Amino acid sequence: MSQVQSTTQTTTGHDNYLNHEKGLWSWLSTVDHKRIAIMYLISILTFFLVGGIFALLVRGALFNAKPEDKFWSYITPDVYNQFMSYHGIIMVFMVIVPGIPAVFGNFLLPVMLGAKDVAFPRLNLASYYVYLAGAALAVGTLFVGKIDTGWTFYTPYSIKTSTSVVMAVLAAFTMGMASILTGLNFIVTTHKLRAPGQTMNKIPLFVWAIYATSIIQILATPVLGITLLLISAERLLGVGIFDPNLGGDPVLFQHFFWFYSHPAVYIMILPAMGIISELISTFSRKTIFGYTAIAYSSLAIAAVSFLVWGHHMFVSGQSEFAGVLFSIITMLVGVPTAIKLFNWISTMYKGSVRLDAPMLYAIGFLFLFTIGGLTGVWLASTGMDVHFHDTYFVVAHFHYVMVGGVLMAFTGGIFYWFPKMFGKMTSDTLGRISWVFVFTGFNVTFFPQFILGAMGMPRRYFEYHPAYEPLNQISTVGSWLIGFGFLVALVAIIQGLVAGEKAGANPWGSKTLEWQTSSPPPHDNFPITPTVTAGPYEYR
Amino acid sequence: MSTVKTEDGHFHHAHHFNSLSHQYDSAKQGVWLFMVTEILMFGGLFVAYLIYKSIYAPIFHVGSSYLDVKMGSINTVVLITSSFTMALGIYFNQKNKPKQAVIALALTIVCAGIFMVIKYFEYTHKIHLGLVPGKFFNNPEFQQKVVDFINNMPIENLTPTLSDTAHMKKIAPLYFGFYFVMTGLHGLHVMIGAGLILWVLIKTANGKFGAEYYTPVEGVGLFWHIVDLIWIYLFPLLYLVG
Repeated sequence: MSQVQSTTQTTTGHDNYLNHEKGLWSWLSTVDHKRIAIMYLISILTFFLVGGIFALLVRGALFNAKPEDKFWSYITPDVYNQFMSYHGIIMVFMVIVPGIPAVFGNFLLPVMLGAKDVAFPRLNLASYYVYLAGAALAVGTLFVGKIDTGWTFYTPYSIKTSTSVVMAVLAAFTMGMASILTGLNFIVTTHKLRAPGQTMNKIPLFVWAIYATSIIQILATPVLGITLLLISAERLLGVGIFDPNLGGDPVLFQHFFWFYSHPAVYIMILPAMGIISELISTFSRKTIFGYTAIAYSSLAIAAVSFLVWGHHMFVSGQSEFAGVLFSIITMLVGVPTAIKLFNWISTMYKGSVRLDAPMLYAIGFLFLFTIGGLTGVWLASTGMDVHFHDTYFVVAHFHYVMVGGVLMAFTGGIFYWFPKMFGKMTSDTLGRISWVFVFTGFNVTFFPQFILGAMGMPRRYFEYHPAYEPLNQISTVGSWLIGFGFLVALVAIIQGLVAGEKAGANPWGSKTLEWQTSSPPPHDNFPITPTVTAGPYEYR
Repeated sequence: MSTVKTEDGHFHHAHHFNSLSHQYDSAKQGVWLFMVTEILMFGGLFVAYLIYKSIYAPIFHVGSSYLDVKMGSINTVVLITSSFTMALGIYFNQKNKPKQAVIALALTIVCAGIFMVIKYFEYTHKIHLGLVPGKFFNNPEFQQKVVDFINNMPIENLTPTLSDTAHMKKIAPLYFGFYFVMTGLHGLHVMIGAGLILWVLIKTANGKFGAEYYTPVEGVGLFWHIVDLIWIYLFPLLYLVG
């Protein structure tokens, strides 16, 4: 039984959001959430490419231990710092934080709710341009003074370095503002624009995930905003709040920064978990196991996320008592996370699992994210963290979460919703090939980094002890495999756009609302506002 | 797309809402959520203030004695009055009295202007005395007063930090770092608020609002009250703490 009682299934293929209006200007000035999503998709994929190139350069530079052996003499330690910083800033602020909410949230949230648009369509377009302005500022630093602080802007270095820190923090501030406005829009949309009959316990789990994410965006991002403004004030006026010479305390910066940036980790991963809930249920052709538990665990993660920031500071001179407290609360995050994982696995149990490309990416997520999550629990224990702190173990851990988790879900999401977005299918063969390379390459790149970290190799160093060289070389080769895998995914997308076969309204046989309208959806999403009579995952 | 007034004098809600009141509720929820972000942003500053106030109380004590309580008090009264006139601006729009609404909104902008003018005199006076953030600070008398204050404190109240008077002298400008950052960010909000009030004033004058539809006036009003509220915390923390 479908989720919808009555929508006319007219797949005329004539009027849809892509051909509703024509011309570049109709795109740039659109307030249609679907078109804004596509503009975000193009921007974010472009930045992902740039951030990826920086990643390959960083890994390339680490292929050899000694500076004289490096593959390109242009890469001095200073240039290496810049590459590493740009990789971090682009991937965090410009790709992963906005990624899933801005692209899939924008495109799907209103459709999944049976709404015609988000609550504030013009604000939605404004946040896209605010995001672009921030991104332009960030990229602009490349042409002014560059940036070498890493994405964390830690004081005192960020106050002292001669690179263009003020411009970079203003860029992050601006993108944070876009993030706030998007989150605000989604919260109001979820509360106010649900279709008749769609109670909060009938909304798809992706919407729950985006909703929980939006709450974090609203509550955490302003604190990052003021922190970044204070960094600017520190550099321009020397106010002294973070500068010990003037009475301030750099550790306060770390507190402020992580009060945002740890919840920001959940801004990144919660939407990915939302995608996984959709994929697992659809491709197992089975009702999701534990809908309520998955939905509320998103809120639980959002709530706990505000109480764990101190685990970044176990060795920053924080009191032992605070350390123990933060350690225990951090481990609590494992509970709602495990609830989700077990529910996904229970959903697959005795389901009719189809291994199409999106599902492969979802299963990849289950493996990689579990490793990323569990190593997070290791790092949460104060004793082990003293050893692992600032080593490649931490790098491997958060890449297993950010890439193995978020980007796997993002790519899976692209292959899953591509037919809905463009009315065409991508080649499943190309999708699966890309998965094989991304999944294998990822493990080849980052698993050795766990070992390197346990052996004590510090992160962020340009030159390192030759004993670490073999594992670093394996890691670098892995990065090429990842790069190739994403290239294949890009080819699959382009091939789908150009020559993909026509997709029906519901090629995967899914039950959620977005598949009950034509592909691509009409300008107003549904010919008639649907009435929801059943839950989103009633397969049997 | 957004609300428009048709020729027969009625308002139409945007296409994705069911009714005007549906649209009103949604917009109001959005503004409230935005206010939450404002409070959290200033919250960071308040936390930093409280931390350093508790560690370096003498600096804040002496610092506040350099502020003009009279000017601060006048500004507090001015802002509270402006909140009242802002509320009147909403009220008259609800009662379909655009003329009175325009007067009330204009008075609000005047109050914002008075606030900024007084702030300007306070700022120039401080800058003249060299009482500015760290890099440009130049007022040895202030630093000496902090040292004198510490020397007159009962010995049992002295922490090791405070006993290091040379260090305390060096970091004394911290107070004015806080003063300028906190009031500066607030002043920026006052100016943005005044701009927004001007926007709804012009729309009111052009007959764009009425009892059926006054959402932007109310949204701007909420913003203005938050700006007022933040000052109500800033005033005692900076001026009266001594």
